[in-house]
Amino acid sequence: MTSRFSLGGMAELTDPTTHSSPEGYAHPERLVSTEWLASQVEAGRVGAPDGIVVLESDEDVLLYDTGHIPGALKLDWHQDLNDAVVRDYVDAEQFAAVMTARGVARDTTVVIYGDKNNWWAAYALWVMSLFGHEDVRLLDGGRGKWVAEGRELTKEVPSVDTSARAPYPVVERADAPIRAFQEDVLAHLGGALVDVRSPGEFSGELLHMPDYPQEGAMRGGHIPGARSVPWARAANDDGTFRSRAELEAIYLTEQGLSPSDPTIAYCRIGERSSHTWFVLTHLLGFDDVRNYDGSWTEWGNSVRVPVEQGAAK
Amino acid sequence: MTHTVDLPATLREIADDFAELTAPERLQLLLEFSEGLPELPERYAGSLDTMEQVHECQSPIFLAVEVADEPADEPGRRPVHLYFSAPPEAPTTRGFAGILREGLDGLTVDEVLAVPEAAPYQFSLGEAVSPLRLRGMVGMLSRIKRQTALKSQS
Repeated sequence: MTSRFSLGGMAELTDPTTHSSPEGYAHPERLVSTEWLASQVEAGRVGAPDGIVVLESDEDVLLYDTGHIPGALKLDWHQDLNDAVVRDYVDAEQFAAVMTARGVARDTTVVIYGDKNNWWAAYALWVMSLFGHEDVRLLDGGRGKWVAEGRELTKEVPSVDTSARAPYPVVERADAPIRAFQEDVLAHLGGALVDVRSPGEFSGELLHMPDYPQEGAMRGGHIPGARSVPWARAANDDGTFRSRAELEAIYLTEQGLSPSDPTIAYCRIGERSSHTWFVLTHLLGFDDVRNYDGSWTEWGNSVRVPVEQGAAK
Repeated sequence: MTHTVDLPATLREIADDFAELTAPERLQLLLEFSEGLPELPERYAGSLDTMEQVHECQSPIFLAVEVADEPADEPGRRPVHLYFSAPPEAPTTRGFAGILREGLDGLTVDEVLAVPEAAPYQFSLGEAVSPLRLRGMVGMLSRIKRQTALKSQS
């Protein structure tokens, strides 16, 4: 399948504010600005049969219901993208149903935004990427920036005409390219690993993230050899991503990572590391980045896996 | 109807209201509880440091428990009052607080202490908000009970 990004005649779907910006990201089409999204809302293109689909993915499951971007639909990571029993994502049939219900076809341009600096939006984008959805983008700055700019919110939940677009095909998840399991990480030891948790979690002083004790672990520390790069270093104060030059200074110059080296990112349950996965893959153009979604809630509770303690060197 | 978990009548009524609804309607009711959470009284405004933070919640929420002085000789019959502070961008957390406020405020010390730890799982919200998120409400309840026990000892 040809990437949509290489097709001609898609000018109305590209965001000139990111394309012409000086950030110089590897895949600039993966980010859209609040200005661009507002213009799409204005032009009636959100939810239109030939337009884009906007999804809100939040930590707080009720936040969408208090008011959301006009035309946006809710996509809840816990409820819509996770299997209800096994710790795994939905299967191909379930994913197709979730997409079809939101009017998403295989070639639809999807823009995702959310609370908490887009953690859950990035996580949803990564899960959609497991299913190979080509054109899925993040709203730079997320819900916070849209709200801070005083842009329109509505409580009106749009009705979706599911017959307007072809039903989403049943496509098997392809985990291997961008998802790492514990055995993959064990086989990768000695390779590039990025721990995006807080310094206290990395050193082993804290058994959980501040304010998130329910996601604790039996052992504290980090996976041996991991570099400590807290996710927030990739973000500006307004939640937007730092420029490519700034990101290169952190991940390449300071941490010595290389875009050609296979790299694995992890955190606690995989949501903050989805944010970093997005940075490395789409903003810096790394060739081979996997998100270890089992993360510390798996590693720190596993028997006899190697653990290193102490602050970053 | 028989219930395996014994709730005070006020909480039971809320639990029954939720049980009658579909999952999307339950979210709407939770949103109503969120919107109905009373403002903090003057004496707590701007002084969150005098309140207890609920660390089990993923969003910042603070609670304060007040136990009346009377009746002096029967601490177990003193009424309990609850106050919460949670930001509008954390509506689920506010909704949990709203349920506990409406269901527990005004009960006696003995009644609050008798609320089972499993009470938060009686509102049929597991499916609507996910079981992981419900742990925040469990944390709130246990902190309310601990403060009630502490403050009724004097």
